[in-house]
Amino acid sequence: MLQYLGLFRRELLLAFRQGGEIGLALGFFVLAVVLFPLGVGPEAEMLRRIGPGIIWVAALLAAVLSLDRLFAGDHLDGGLDLLVLSAMPLEGAVIVKSAAHWVTTGLPLAVISPFLGLLMDMDKPSILILMAGLVAGTPALSLLGAIAAALTLGSRRPGVLSSLIVLPLYLPVLIFGAGAVEAGATGAGARSHLLLLGALSLAALPLAPLATAAALRQTLD
Amino acid sequence: MLNYLANPARFMRVSGALLPPLTVATVVVLAAGLYLALFVAPPDYQQGESVKIMFVHVPAAWMALLVYLVIAVASAVALVWRHPLAEIAAQAAAPIGAAFTLVCLVTGSLWGRPMWGTWWAWDARMTSVLVLFFLYLGYIALVNAFDDMSRGSRAGSVLALVGVVNLPIIKFSVDWWNTLHQSESVFRMGGPTIDSSMLWPLLVMAVGYLLLFKTLLFIRMRTALNERKARALQLAAPQRRRAAPAALPDGTPVLR
Repeated sequence: MLQYLGLFRRELLLAFRQGGEIGLALGFFVLAVVLFPLGVGPEAEMLRRIGPGIIWVAALLAAVLSLDRLFAGDHLDGGLDLLVLSAMPLEGAVIVKSAAHWVTTGLPLAVISPFLGLLMDMDKPSILILMAGLVAGTPALSLLGAIAAALTLGSRRPGVLSSLIVLPLYLPVLIFGAGAVEAGATGAGARSHLLLLGALSLAALPLAPLATAAALRQTLD
Repeated sequence: MLNYLANPARFMRVSGALLPPLTVATVVVLAAGLYLALFVAPPDYQQGESVKIMFVHVPAAWMALLVYLVIAVASAVALVWRHPLAEIAAQAAAPIGAAFTLVCLVTGSLWGRPMWGTWWAWDARMTSVLVLFFLYLGYIALVNAFDDMSRGSRAGSVLALVGVVNLPIIKFSVDWWNTLHQSESVFRMGGPTIDSSMLWPLLVMAVGYLLLFKTLLFIRMRTALNERKARALQLAAPQRRRAAPAALPDGTPVLR
């Protein structure tokens, strides 16, 4: 347990001290959302309708952009080899690293999403559903993203490649995430959508690290 | 069987012997299927002649799923037993599967225009097949993205297994979400609901597609093996030139 906490602490320290990596993802997130009112026009009616979808898409892209932080640095400086060789099961290490990735990307995105919701002229219940959806759904983004990050380690264009691989896998999260706000707004109730989002994250929690660990092992042999 | 065909030389012999009859069978069955579909099968009472697109569309959709399953099983075999031909089979199958998926999407779109009045609808079946197409592309891109070929193969194998989660979603999307796309009418409990005058041409076309896949797969696998052999010879050539035998022990001249 202590080693998991140690690894978690190390990941967070690296993310905070390596100059603004969290800020970069957040900045991209905000900027991508801000582009849309300027692009499609500022009518409040339309923004309210497409706002949740835009915020979710921006969250997906921000998550993809920050994926290379998961393993690339450790791959370069040899830290990854130590992780594989250590007594800690690699799957466990992957869960810890994914959790740290979520704390430094998914969680901040969820925290600032209400402000973006205000920019999109969404009402209070919709913003709450959006936030709850982001909290429930973004763990799946980090866990699934770890698979792509591990698979593309050492490839020629890891960034483009991992987005091509992982975005199709993100589609269910996007559908239920944006669908939750829509269902809440039309009175159908967002509960089932939010539960499905949570189910996606919970299903990814044990399964995705298996694939990620398998992918990491085969980078080293 | 798995071990018997693990030897590439034996595979080349067996597939070389099978390829000519397989090619002939493909041409014959596909021609018969197209004849049955276009000239014998009756036009639909609602859709008219547009129903004939179905004979190209439905088998392509089946093959799109089947080929992905083949890739996934081959990838599992490659990861577990390090079977030398499994990776080659998976990689050879991927572009064929992507092509079947594209045929399925394009013919579906052509049929949807007169029938539904739209080229594309974001219904669950279409979206999940589109995702399947991107999975194929991602797999192909990942396999080719590494300087070290074996690394690409293994990464591709892991990805192929991850992508399997999409297959049940595609299969059952029409039942779970009950959207625009028709639900299953052939492989269902209680027998097919499609009339036998259309079912038979459809099944003949499906067999033709299956044969086509096998033929193309064999050709692509044989090409891949020959390519590997050629590359190995090329890499070995400088050393051999130094050693300088003008011919291999069996008498074939060495390329200079």
